[in-house]
Amino acid sequence: MKLRSVKAKYFKPLVFLACLVPLGRLAWKAYNAALGANPIQVITWSTGTWTLVFLMLTLTVTPLRKLTKQYWLIQYRRMLGLFAFFYGSLHFTTYIWLDQFFDWHSITKDVVKRPFITVGFTAFVLMLPLALTSSQRAIRWLGKRWQMLHRLIYAVAIAGVIHFIWLVKKDLRKPLIYAAILSVLLLYRVVVWGARRLSQERVENQRSPLLKRSAVATD
Amino acid sequence: MLIKKPSDIPSSEITPEGLYLSRRRFLGGAGALVGAVAAGGAISEILSPSQSALAGTKLQYSQSQYSTSEKQTPLNDITHYNNYYEFSTDKYEPADLAKNFNTRPWTIKVEGLANKPKTFDIDALLKMQLQERIYRMRCVEGWSMVIPWVGIPLSAVLDDVQPNSKAKFVEFTSLKDPKRFPGQQRNVLDWPYVEGLRMDEAMHPLTILAVGLYGETLPNQDGAPVRLVVPWKYGFKGIKAIVNIKLVDYQPTSSWTKAAPNEYGFYSNVNPEVDHPRWSQAKERRIGEFTKRPTLMFNGYGDQVASLYTGMNLKKNY
Repeated sequence: MKLRSVKAKYFKPLVFLACLVPLGRLAWKAYNAALGANPIQVITWSTGTWTLVFLMLTLTVTPLRKLTKQYWLIQYRRMLGLFAFFYGSLHFTTYIWLDQFFDWHSITKDVVKRPFITVGFTAFVLMLPLALTSSQRAIRWLGKRWQMLHRLIYAVAIAGVIHFIWLVKKDLRKPLIYAAILSVLLLYRVVVWGARRLSQERVENQRSPLLKRSAVATD
Repeated sequence: MLIKKPSDIPSSEITPEGLYLSRRRFLGGAGALVGAVAAGGAISEILSPSQSALAGTKLQYSQSQYSTSEKQTPLNDITHYNNYYEFSTDKYEPADLAKNFNTRPWTIKVEGLANKPKTFDIDALLKMQLQERIYRMRCVEGWSMVIPWVGIPLSAVLDDVQPNSKAKFVEFTSLKDPKRFPGQQRNVLDWPYVEGLRMDEAMHPLTILAVGLYGETLPNQDGAPVRLVVPWKYGFKGIKAIVNIKLVDYQPTSSWTKAAPNEYGFYSNVNPEVDHPRWSQAKERRIGEFTKRPTLMFNGYGDQVASLYTGMNLKKNY
């Protein structure tokens, strides 16, 4: 108990700062004009990549805490999820502002016509309700529905990875790494869900003859 | 080596008279001075990494009326933002990976449907009448540069081998050597890289074989020792490290067309009205600029080349 609170007290701010390192690095490079020939593209790529990384990290929390029995890890899930949203917002803003420079006509056309932008935009929009309902109060208010709602993160992550796959010109190595990681993370859920259903069935099966017997007994 | 007079180019292929290069404006004091200033200005732009990547032999060349007066992209950007899949699919990596690429000895075999097939040594090519051609370069990915190439019109080389009447297309092939090209160790594309032009496109005076950049021999990551530059087409048509040029009677299949036929056609003319299936081609970001600028039809070379495609459906023949 004591260890846990110490961990929380010192470790959490450290994790928070670590999550800001990618942004700091980008800002430092931008300040030193070290973003290369096409800085806007670098910013777009970097913020997009980190959105995906944080989505993957968020999805890793549950399997990791269960498999390692380090249940305190749950405290970091919200933070990681919000950082995914944070980098996603930066990515989105980069596109709207730096890349398109508020050319709404071109943006609308892009979102409608370009599948990779459509799917990326969808991912971002789906993150909004998750970020908005991340407070303790929202969790309490939504109750069971909160968990249902937050399963949207699976859709967000899938859409994010598809967004990456579809924008690449030829070399699919990097997006496929994300696809592989996401597959493992989702597979874990499927397995857990399947196992739970099986054990539920078993419980029911075990219970039903008993029920029958008791029914007979009362007869 | 002899450069044929402009009148040797069939009249159907030539541009308006006013644009003719004056062959008398050969290298002179003025040309050398401009070259030196350009190179000097470029050197101030580069940081230490690009200096090592630069082969750096000064070239002798004349100026050309085909050059644009637009602001040139700094050498450091031209040498550190390269689509060169033979080295890497990451544009920032060829600068480093190409550092020790050896371009000597190097020959370019020009063969096929020609009366006098010939193998050119790269050093013989460098001794031909070089010209500086400051061209816009539009990448299919939506960015562009202004690059001061140094080279020779492709027509000069083709005229030398005398293509016969059956020659309808030109097929270019890059070096295939996975030991020297780490990117060729994976089949990202079907190696070697192949490109093609229609005969009239190949003979067009804007089409050059580039051997230099900013007044010096071509840096390795930009396609040394010799590459194709066709300024009204998307950048990937500019095949690098050429070892073979073949005159053929069939339409060659370009590497990118082979990889994704619905995305990259044989012509690949810059066209803001025909989008890439996955992204718009209406605008481009000029490297070094903040806001995007509209992409021009034929990359702004419409006056010179539009006539090559009269009556052609450019949406179909993308």
